[in-house]
Amino acid sequence: MERPTWRPGADLATLRLRAGLLTRVRAFFAARGVLEVETPMLSVAAVTEPNLASFGTVYSGPGSRHGRTLYLHTSPEFPMKRLLAAGSGCIYQIARVFRDGEAGRRHNPEFTLLEWYRVGFDHHRLMDEVTELVTALLAGRLPLAQPERLSYRELFQRHLDLNPHRASVAELAARAETQGVSIPPGMPTDRTDPWLDLLLTHYIEPRLGAGRLTFVYDYPASQAALARLGPGDPPVGERFELYVNGVELANGFHELGNAAEQRRRFEAENATRRGLGWPLMPVDENLLAALAAGLPDCAGVALGFDRLVMLAAGKTTLAEVLAFPFERA
Amino acid sequence: MATYSTNEFKSGLKIMLDGDPYAIVENEFVKPGKGQAFNRVKVRNLKTGRVIERTFKSGDTAEGADVVDVELQYLYSDGEYWHFMDQQSYEQLTADAAAVGDAAKWLKEEAICQVTLWNGVPLNVAAPNFVIMTIVETDPGLRGDTSGGGGKPATLETGAVVRVPLFVQSGEVIKVDTRTGEYVSRVKE
Repeated sequence: MERPTWRPGADLATLRLRAGLLTRVRAFFAARGVLEVETPMLSVAAVTEPNLASFGTVYSGPGSRHGRTLYLHTSPEFPMKRLLAAGSGCIYQIARVFRDGEAGRRHNPEFTLLEWYRVGFDHHRLMDEVTELVTALLAGRLPLAQPERLSYRELFQRHLDLNPHRASVAELAARAETQGVSIPPGMPTDRTDPWLDLLLTHYIEPRLGAGRLTFVYDYPASQAALARLGPGDPPVGERFELYVNGVELANGFHELGNAAEQRRRFEAENATRRGLGWPLMPVDENLLAALAAGLPDCAGVALGFDRLVMLAAGKTTLAEVLAFPFERA
Repeated sequence: MATYSTNEFKSGLKIMLDGDPYAIVENEFVKPGKGQAFNRVKVRNLKTGRVIERTFKSGDTAEGADVVDVELQYLYSDGEYWHFMDQQSYEQLTADAAAVGDAAKWLKEEAICQVTLWNGVPLNVAAPNFVIMTIVETDPGLRGDTSGGGGKPATLETGAVVRVPLFVQSGEVIKVDTRTGEYVSRVKE
């Protein structure tokens, strides 16, 4: 047995900074009339995305004599959309979320997401607001140049001189080779997304957002997740990501409101899971019913609050900004 | 040999890559929020010492390398090979020049060395951190100089050459740090 480590991972100055940032986040949204909400962490449904793994647990008690499998949410997105469909107006949540299998310098299996939805915004207008919030929170702590925005296509063209929407697996593999990116064994030959992720994480990301906010927007339709598809050839997902100093900080969507299309994507994701031999996840029928009832036109974003604290504190690992990181939990 | 999942990766773990044994130096988990997870590792080739970077899809496996460190007694060199003995089993093992490398000049008969074995064959030989050796040749120093400043080359019984203070003479026995190749002190017989 290892020696107990009862002491915190973060020092007290960092914990004070963290609390101060939370207070300012709440003030930011209060001033804009955005309502703070709380939604369940446990649900009978779960995210179907193949690259997200939910923790499962079992409820036994009134209403469930033989025990019922429940999943810890990986983000509060589904119930927040149900609130939007019910007429909540603009809402935000500071939620502790859970993702199995994710532990490292910038990953902790449970972490804090700041997630908010703006009715009537598209993803570009929401990027404006993300810029305002993040710039305000990092002011005086991290010198930042003018923010920049570039499409996913421009990003790959600028750094690797290739079109991510058109490039084949062979072209992506060749570019990885010439850029000195180590190619893992067992990469798929029928899907380009894992190759794009490889180039993004190993080559582009370390070069992204040095001393500034860099937004990447309009993702391949295959990576749209819960974003609507916008015009383009080929059509792109109206999704964005924010990077600061090589750190992926936020992911946002111009939200998909079409229930039939959302169901199709959930089923396609479960089909991918089946193909990989991974467990299928129960689709959130409550969300689909809410979308069918009508989701107001809106954009939403989830921001990794711990990573933001890490940048504000000038730290390089999440373990330094969490009271008790995973290894000490 | 066992296989290891990326979830078992940590520094020091020995794995096989392209037919060579490697030790993991650094292991980093990288993953876009909605994308494929990878383990980006720095590994040291145990034959060449060279450090390279490799990437695995998280959850994939690598074959373990049968690499162990053992203490063996150095017996003698026949000019081409260096012969060692396991003091427990009395088994004799032979190391080639690639495995012995720079340690050769510090090897004195009967010395206990740490030897890295790969599939039971010596892959690397580390000399003891400190060795005691007799000086076979050095210029006579200036009489009366005890400051240790300056110094002069001295050839030891194994042929190794170290810098020693001027007052140290041929025939004397000294202690040397093999990691830095530096003289430590005189040793009284």
